Amino acid sequence: MIVAGCDVGSLTSKAVVLNSSRILGQVIIKSGFKPEESAHQVMEEALSRAGLSMKDIGFCVGTGYGRDRIPFVGKSVSEIACHAKGAQLLMPTARTVIDIGGQDCKAIKLDAKGNVVKFFTNDKCAAGTGRFLEVMAKILGISLDELGTLSRQARSPLSLASTCTVWAQAEVIHHLNARKSKADIASAVNQAMAGRVAILARSVGIEKDVCMTGGVAKNTGVVSALEKQLNVNIRRLRTDPQIVGALGAAVFAKQRMEGA
Amino acid sequence: MIVAGCDIGSLSAKAVIMSNGNILASHVIYAKPEPEELAREVMDGALKKAGISMDEIKYSIATGYGRNHVPFTNGSESEIACHGRGAQWIMPDVRMVIDIGGQDAKAIRLNENGNVIRYAYNDKCASGTGRFLEIMAGALDVELEEMGEISLRARNPVTISNQCVVFAETEIISLINEGRDLSDIISGLHRSMAHRVASLAKSIELEATITMTGGVAKNKGMFTALKEALGVEIRKMEADPQIMGALGAALFARQAVSGNKQA
Repeated sequence: MIVAGCDVGSLTSKAVVLNSSRILGQVIIKSGFKPEESAHQVMEEALSRAGLSMKDIGFCVGTGYGRDRIPFVGKSVSEIACHAKGAQLLMPTARTVIDIGGQDCKAIKLDAKGNVVKFFTNDKCAAGTGRFLEVMAKILGISLDELGTLSRQARSPLSLASTCTVWAQAEVIHHLNARKSKADIASAVNQAMAGRVAILARSVGIEKDVCMTGGVAKNTGVVSALEKQLNVNIRRLRTDPQIVGALGAAVFAKQRMEGA
Repeated sequence: MIVAGCDIGSLSAKAVIMSNGNILASHVIYAKPEPEELAREVMDGALKKAGISMDEIKYSIATGYGRNHVPFTNGSESEIACHGRGAQWIMPDVRMVIDIGGQDAKAIRLNENGNVIRYAYNDKCASGTGRFLEIMAGALDVELEEMGEISLRARNPVTISNQCVVFAETEIISLINEGRDLSDIISGLHRSMAHRVASLAKSIELEATITMTGGVAKNKGMFTALKEALGVEIRKMEADPQIMGALGAALFARQAVSGNKQA
């Protein structure tokens, strides 16, 4: 039984093709202006990696901010439920999922079956979301990936006093003008980011095991800063953390086919 | 007796010179990175207008976010106290001042003596501060000073759903791409910002008479939007609203010399 999940986010779109619990194809693309087109494109690519076509898919579930505009899905499910479900498939011991997306951040508590017990989300303020990092990487003239790797070379710790992305950006410019090293600034950016996410994570209550999903989970600087601030080990997933929402959607599709 | 007040803000610097209870001269310039130099420059501008030299100033007080970097003053006072004092000196029945600065917003309640009895303050979040409008002006490619005028032509103001400056900027870029009218977008931005500032003011309870100070008070669209968001009348400041902080500082300087604010 082959199923699929499609996660159309604000910055990227993800698709996963699943056969029982085995991933046959997974793809991440940048989201375009139209969610319909992004969804089609990412799903076509995932299918072609799996060597399949749309008619082979028994059921498809959509998620993400553009989920109600995906034409080919049988059902749409919230991102929160999908991240929890996807994380649970990859790490059955996971009880807390911290998902940082391009424009939001969620802290989710889940049970052994991957059902959501409690969650907190921030999509009102750019601080503590992927957008914060994007703004800072742009000012530093580096890529998002470099922001993570560069911070490991930090020598003299700096910090950002502002929470607001706009004010923190001014602080970063100030540090650059004062000829502080980009590595030290990158570290301060990741620390500030982690500080904001930690508040959300604490409010939901940290329960082990803890894992991270979403694109920001690939930023090792943020992950280790968050581990220190929460004083907990964040376990790495055995797949790309950015596809977990789409994977969870595919798991919902599978359950639907099984009549669960 | 000649006294002066100097207000070093994040976006502009202001100086006011007073002589025997009258405003002799005022001057406003854009901010620059060096606060000491900025303070000297704005004060020199005011001195020149007044036709006097620095040694004729008996006492001066600094205020604003750069107040501790002003080399020539005798002391400093908070912006909150200064805006309250300045606004009430111009309009004696004022009991509430809403001041929107370049990087903050304040709501200040005053007693009949111009003393601050309660205030609320936002400098943590750029939304609801002058910076919001500055960033949006950049995104819309219009001058900050034009925004008020343009917004008056609005027919169908947009609704901005994001409060966060970063997210709102993306939102208005989509609105431009959708072909929405510039005046409708700007009017929507004023309403969104007014809503934010109104919540701040309501948190300390509104009290008549209300006036607005700070550079943003010159924006007619913003003034009207704030009046609507508050649901009560706002009296237009009867002098340049941008110099109220510096004026208040000059009044504190006068009080320091005479030991009596009525002097």
